[in-house]
Amino acid sequence: MSEREGKRKVGIRELSPIDVYKLLPRTNCKECGEENCMAFATKVVNREVPIEKCPPLLKKEHEKAYKQLKEMLKPAVKEVVVGVGDRAVKIGGKLVMYRHEFTYFNPTAVAIDVTDEMSEEDVLDRIKRTGQFSFEYIGQTLKLDMIAVRSTSNDPEKFRTTVKRVAENTNLPLILCSLNPTVLEAGLMAAPKSKPLLYAATKDNWKEMAELALMYDCSLTVLAPNNLKLLRSLTKTLLEYGVEDLVLDPGTFSGDGLGDTLNNFTMIRRAACKGGDELLGFPTIGVPMVAWMERGEAPEEVAKWREAYLAAMLVVRFADVIIMHSCDGWTLLPNVVLRQNIYTDPRKPVAVEPGLRVFGTVDENSPVMMTTNFALTYYTVASDIESGKVSGYLIVVDTEGIAVDSAVAGRKLTAETAAEAIKESGVESKVKHRKLIIPGKAARLSGEIEELSGWQVLVGPRDSSDIPKFLQEKWQSKT
Amino acid sequence: MPKNEKKKEFLGLKLSSRLMELLAKLQEVELEDFEMDVGNLEIWIQPGAVAAPMVAQPKVAPPVKVKPTEIIETEFIPPVETYPGKVVEVKLGATRSDGGTRGKPVIVGGETTPAFYTFERPTPHPPVIALDVFDMKVPLPKAVKMHVRDVLEDPAAWAKLAVEKFGADLITLHLISIDPLLKDASPQEAVKTVENVVQAMDVPLVIGGCGDPKKDADMFEAVAETFAGERFLISSITRDMDVERCAKFVNKNGHVALSFTPMDLNLARELNRKLYDFLPKKDIVMDLTTAALGYGLDYAFTNMERARLAALMGDPELAHPMSSGTTNAWAAREAWMKMGSEWEPRELRGPLWEVTTALTLLLAGVDLFMMMHPAAVKTLKDMINQLASGSSGNADALAEWVSMKV
Ligand code: SF4
Repeated sequence: MSEREGKRKVGIRELSPIDVYKLLPRTNCKECGEENCMAFATKVVNREVPIEKCPPLLKKEHEKAYKQLKEMLKPAVKEVVVGVGDRAVKIGGKLVMYRHEFTYFNPTAVAIDVTDEMSEEDVLDRIKRTGQFSFEYIGQTLKLDMIAVRSTSNDPEKFRTTVKRVAENTNLPLILCSLNPTVLEAGLMAAPKSKPLLYAATKDNWKEMAELALMYDCSLTVLAPNNLKLLRSLTKTLLEYGVEDLVLDPGTFSGDGLGDTLNNFTMIRRAACKGGDELLGFPTIGVPMVAWMERGEAPEEVAKWREAYLAAMLVVRFADVIIMHSCDGWTLLPNVVLRQNIYTDPRKPVAVEPGLRVFGTVDENSPVMMTTNFALTYYTVASDIESGKVSGYLIVVDTEGIAVDSAVAGRKLTAETAAEAIKESGVESKVKHRKLIIPGKAARLSGEIEELSGWQVLVGPRDSSDIPKFLQEKWQSKT
Repeated sequence: MPKNEKKKEFLGLKLSSRLMELLAKLQEVELEDFEMDVGNLEIWIQPGAVAAPMVAQPKVAPPVKVKPTEIIETEFIPPVETYPGKVVEVKLGATRSDGGTRGKPVIVGGETTPAFYTFERPTPHPPVIALDVFDMKVPLPKAVKMHVRDVLEDPAAWAKLAVEKFGADLITLHLISIDPLLKDASPQEAVKTVENVVQAMDVPLVIGGCGDPKKDADMFEAVAETFAGERFLISSITRDMDVERCAKFVNKNGHVALSFTPMDLNLARELNRKLYDFLPKKDIVMDLTTAALGYGLDYAFTNMERARLAALMGDPELAHPMSSGTTNAWAAREAWMKMGSEWEPRELRGPLWEVTTALTLLLAGVDLFMMMHPAAVKTLKDMINQLASGSSGNADALAEWVSMKV
């Protein structure tokens, strides 16, 4: 691996399908499932398919082109895989510094810690809660990703027992944490094939840690507290040593030094993405749970609160893995939602198809409701209607993927667009009545909609969770 | 649906013409010297290298690497950049000597680097927080209400509490009672409320409207004239208002305009351009729309981050301090709703929702936050102070968490 100090050869933005096309076999054989090589090249550049999906390219005669493409498409931040099986986690793999430049891949992995001095009961309970954490959000299930096993005892035997217990009870990837190589090795021996992430090589133990990483074929964290020169030196040394999958930890400060932490993560990512620095082109790890070190006499909630916002900050500013101690719903929920938000593809509008949706069994007296086509609004409203076991029509207005309040403020949801949507939906031939329920947040449009569409407007609840109740109280056409 | 079909067709057309374009370019490219185009991978192209027979490396014998025995020292040069653009500085609130009555002004903007890239340059003016006060009883989330229960119907007392107890840098007075759909109060009644609030405390004021373009303009004008010289932030001037009229009374009476647009940088530029005809740049703050965590925060974040980077790269039409209606975080049902015991207590989940929304946007470059929950405000404030002060921590203790007993 060579060290690149200069500019990256082709920035991700400049990479055009032509660059890829030129290196493909160009036979238009369609084995990849695309119409032709150019269409395939376009998808490759958009990172929608890996180049390995072109079978001829993998043949011997195209080996050089393949290697060249690999190099050309290599992300600025290396992708590292931790764990095995279907819960293995990919971290890093970033192509750009800012999400609007392309999109972010591999959402920040969230790890919850256990220690070798917690009771067996506690350990099992925390593992279980981590594994079972799940939240449904716009058609996705948000989950936690890893378990960090820490040695607080510094006793190899205790660590071995704990790692064994953890490995037997979860299929989540592990991060094994101890700065003592002997302790870490004991842990590795308890789960030798699980490809955990090792935490951490420092200026004092790097050689032993490197040996462990090589022997057990796993990834290794490089820890250089608030010292990027040392971090870079250690990375270079470890690469020379033969360890290829590294994860960078410049240290997480929770109070004083918070600014340094932000700066370090930012500089690492900028050096990798804009400067093409391969020594810093690795995933990063942040440790929001350092907030617990400054807890003192304060109640637990204070540490959890600080840990939660530190985590959020790290999710926004370039952390690829974070380790947390709190496994409470209220601290984790904002973070997994934030992570989902930051990692959605900005190239794709988060919108659903506008038009008419039918819920339950409808007839000519069924209520007619209206909402916007922002995916989140739509899914929320739809799930509230479904869980309330309500029957009725829902007109989804094309607001260009904007939520109700913003759509009203931004004139994307207006009396005109509403009236047009009623017409186009064809609902007028499906119901006898002419009563439209609009979102509470669009109340100010009610008069104008009535005027333009000729429909009578009922202002519905501000939150869709109240729809069932609203219909029960205000919709009497059932009788 | 005919409309959608049309859309798809249009998209198809666009795609295929793009393909044509690419193919046209390809012909040119192929005539060119190939090696130039593949960047520094040219080695492969060199005739000698192409002709060289490929020798498969036997896997068993990799080149022998000498394992280092010492740390190989390298340098680290901080990747510092300079930017041609600068965000304008805007002063909010005027003291007596300046023609107003406020205790001290608040200055926002002035950045020459992305938010908290303090390795490049320090933050010129740490972001500030305005607390919301409403002029009539509004439905508030339980977690917020418990802190302001006693002052809900007294905006002056509410503002005083927000400044003295919750540390507000500014007060946003939402004059929603003028809404024709609510109380339809007159601009003169609004002026009276402002008078009471102005008397009760001395931080700079943001004057919030009700969202009705006509009524807001009338109210803003009355307030602007009565309190000429105070440098209130008039929140907000939107595209569907009589922009010329608003800009003129803001300018004539010595206030500042908040230029509000719905998540579209081109619209923001357009509205700002309109304002430039009547207002100097230093009298404009912009609001690019804040969506709650989970409800479009990704748009808001990226929109603001792009705006700030564009400003630094020299786009003058976006080089204004940014304001965020962070209170919108509470529009997320996860912020206030009862959700089942594993997600409780919502008294903490709610303000954390607001904090998370706020700090995400803090890192995108927001200068002025309009917020609601006292705990969220305090947290954000502490964080801003921490980041802006550049205090350093003890690096030696950084690894201790590994063996920390919780
Ligand atoms: S499989 Fe490869 S060669 Fe065949 S069409 Fe697809 S890209 Fe072209």
